Amino acid sequence: MRSNPLRDPRDRRLPRIAGPCSIVMFGVTGDLARKKLIPAIYDLANRGLLPPGFGLVGFARRDWGDGTFATLMREAAQAGARTEWSDTVWEQLAQGIKFVPGQFDDDDAWRNLATTLQELDEQQGTGGNHAFYLSIPPALFPTVISKIDEHGLADQAKGWRRVVVEKPFGHDLESAKELNQLIGNVFEPETVFRIDHYLGKETVQNILALRFANQLFEPVWNSQYVDHVQITMAEDIGIGSRAGYYDAIGAARDVIQNHLLQLLALVAMEEPISFDAAGLRLEKQKVLRSVRLPEDLDRHTARAQYVAGWAGGKPVVGYREEEGIDPGSLTETFAAIRLDIATRRWAGVPFYLRTGKRLGRRVTEVAVVFKKAPHLPFEHHDVTELGNNALVMRIQPDEGVTMRFGAKVPGTTMEIRDVNMDFAYGGSFVEDSPEAYERLILDVLLGDPPLFPQHEEVELSWQILDPVIKHWSRKRTIDTYSAGTWGPQSAFEMLERDGRSWRRP
Amino acid sequence: MMDLTLEETSSSEVAKALTRGRAQAGSPAMDMVLTLIIVTDDDSVAEAMQAANVLQHEHPSRVLGVILGDGRGKPRLTARVRVGAGSPGESVLLRMSGPLVKHAESAVLPLLLPDSPVVVWWPGVGPLEPAADPIGSLARRRLTDSERTPDPVGWLRKLAPGYSPGDTDLAWTRLTLWRALLAAALDQVEGEVLSGRIVADDGNPVAALLQAWLECRLGLAIEFEDDDGPQVSSVTLHTEAGDIEITRTSTMSCEFSVPGSSPRIVPIRRRTIPELLAEDLRRLDADEIYGETLQHLVDRRT
Repeated sequence: MRSNPLRDPRDRRLPRIAGPCSIVMFGVTGDLARKKLIPAIYDLANRGLLPPGFGLVGFARRDWGDGTFATLMREAAQAGARTEWSDTVWEQLAQGIKFVPGQFDDDDAWRNLATTLQELDEQQGTGGNHAFYLSIPPALFPTVISKIDEHGLADQAKGWRRVVVEKPFGHDLESAKELNQLIGNVFEPETVFRIDHYLGKETVQNILALRFANQLFEPVWNSQYVDHVQITMAEDIGIGSRAGYYDAIGAARDVIQNHLLQLLALVAMEEPISFDAAGLRLEKQKVLRSVRLPEDLDRHTARAQYVAGWAGGKPVVGYREEEGIDPGSLTETFAAIRLDIATRRWAGVPFYLRTGKRLGRRVTEVAVVFKKAPHLPFEHHDVTELGNNALVMRIQPDEGVTMRFGAKVPGTTMEIRDVNMDFAYGGSFVEDSPEAYERLILDVLLGDPPLFPQHEEVELSWQILDPVIKHWSRKRTIDTYSAGTWGPQSAFEMLERDGRSWRRP
Repeated sequence: MMDLTLEETSSSEVAKALTRGRAQAGSPAMDMVLTLIIVTDDDSVAEAMQAANVLQHEHPSRVLGVILGDGRGKPRLTARVRVGAGSPGESVLLRMSGPLVKHAESAVLPLLLPDSPVVVWWPGVGPLEPAADPIGSLARRRLTDSERTPDPVGWLRKLAPGYSPGDTDLAWTRLTLWRALLAAALDQVEGEVLSGRIVADDGNPVAALLQAWLECRLGLAIEFEDDDGPQVSSVTLHTEAGDIEITRTSTMSCEFSVPGSSPRIVPIRRRTIPELLAEDLRRLDADEIYGETLQHLVDRRT
């Protein structure tokens, strides 16, 4: 391909603008589309990062015209946009907004979609490049994917075709494989983008910068110095309106399989030979493949449900009393597991993963907890308040890095106590920290895959989690914890057995 | 939060006040990533400090405003110190008079954050050799704004001989969206560019830089037609495949047309000063393309 004389690798001001293309959204009436995707598309347009010819096609079972759809999208964009609202930007975007009404299995609607895409190519100059965004329940995937195929919409003869899927990527190894096969029959692996919006977060990418751009941390990033690692994703909210979805899935499948295992991979992996998609994927797969489950799952995992309690000063109901939940449900809303990594770097360093709803506060963090100094030349009572040093990568909210170490308390003879040193990079204003979805949508349109998990990673994660879930599913009871606390007694005991304790994040 | 004014003060008094302010704000840790010095005057100081305040949300920084006052009389330094007042960084406004105005860098130097980058911005008429300026020499990035001078294009030409890596002019930053659109257009079009044409006010520094950049990158002469448009009115590139044309339709948008698809309206608005500064501060290394473009602006006349 001819190189563009206006581009120069030294010219780093020039933003990467996606080439002409469109996004076809399935499930455009859903929560995610309205609250995240549409605003993110507007924000991208406002930042000048969408191509001048851009199309957005909605496909849903609604009796709407292009105009009604555009109005609804406008409302969603205006309500959720992060950047300043501009009618000009919206009007420009609206030129390319189309709606195709119909059932997912209605061939007429699909023919209509094919015509619409052709029109977009001609009018908007989308150049035959189209991304299919499946923001729909997994049960509908087979229908939609096979219709895309039947109607020749995955044909890359005239431009690129990509497909974007959201988690869950299956509910166990077998279903994940089926799903991958289903998509793989129609789309090439490099045209499948699995969105895990966590991986689009600046702070997650910052884990790689922290580890591999510095001399300070990598030398101690191993079993010689690290005692254990805690990866937490806690939510203060309940299950909200997702009862049907959540009750079938539970905390482990919802969060551990994707977010927490991806974080584990980034924290534990070896240095990639490059930061391109292939380099990162290779190292992530290696480390996921080295993960070992504890032999005694009862002693080293915990699962529980929240019961009614007070959370953040408000009385809240328990999980089984939530609307739409079976009062006899055994689905976990809290899950914690210990994992070990069988490599020289990590032998003997447990990774503790936990997640839950209705916990103390909303926080996601990775805490690398170091061993105690091998010798302390202080009197015992001088250092009773000294804990383990820790390096905490805060993913959200309040993104940044905390270091925890001992310091002398001023005014005492020699009293040493833990202190925190915090780094917070930026708040949110001009154009900083773009929302994860913006980054990911732009990467899809640019065809840049480093941040998207590939099917091998997905299958490896299920391989890790499947035995745990299977073990749990044999039980007739489940532990409980009061809403608004940091989880069940069994989770605390699980760490006590190892002589450790959970951080209060 | 702290907001106090120190009369007849010194840099060390100001530094003490900053430390005290941070302790009072409850967070003695410093997560500021750079020092931004703003050399300004009484007329534009309020606007400039306000812009810096907005900027601090993306780039937490220590902002040092410097007002060089009357050179007569006794040397005098007045400082207004603000910490934790609605923005993540801290700001100090230093007002100098008497012989001190000739040695302003001596008051600024002790207040730079240790070991982190220093950026200086002249919101008004800045020096012609930014790197040789006493305050400019403290900084690794130096931002001038030719638009604020009486003859912006002439000013840019005068800046060229004194260019040092690390200099940029906000007219160049204002050009980024145009450059991005043109680069995106050429991404789509196969075939060489044969000639090109810009329509704009010939006193518009953004247009002058655009012409120089295109000539430099494409290796051909770009025609320039003068009109009195407040912004760049249109750019046309004739390519083997047809014409690429970007024509302004309003202050907020322009019509974008490339061979093979029908014309479309795209937004291209004038960005605010904080947005421009934020773009500049994202990269603290030298902008070589700007250096080359500025040099070409001079070379093309000889």
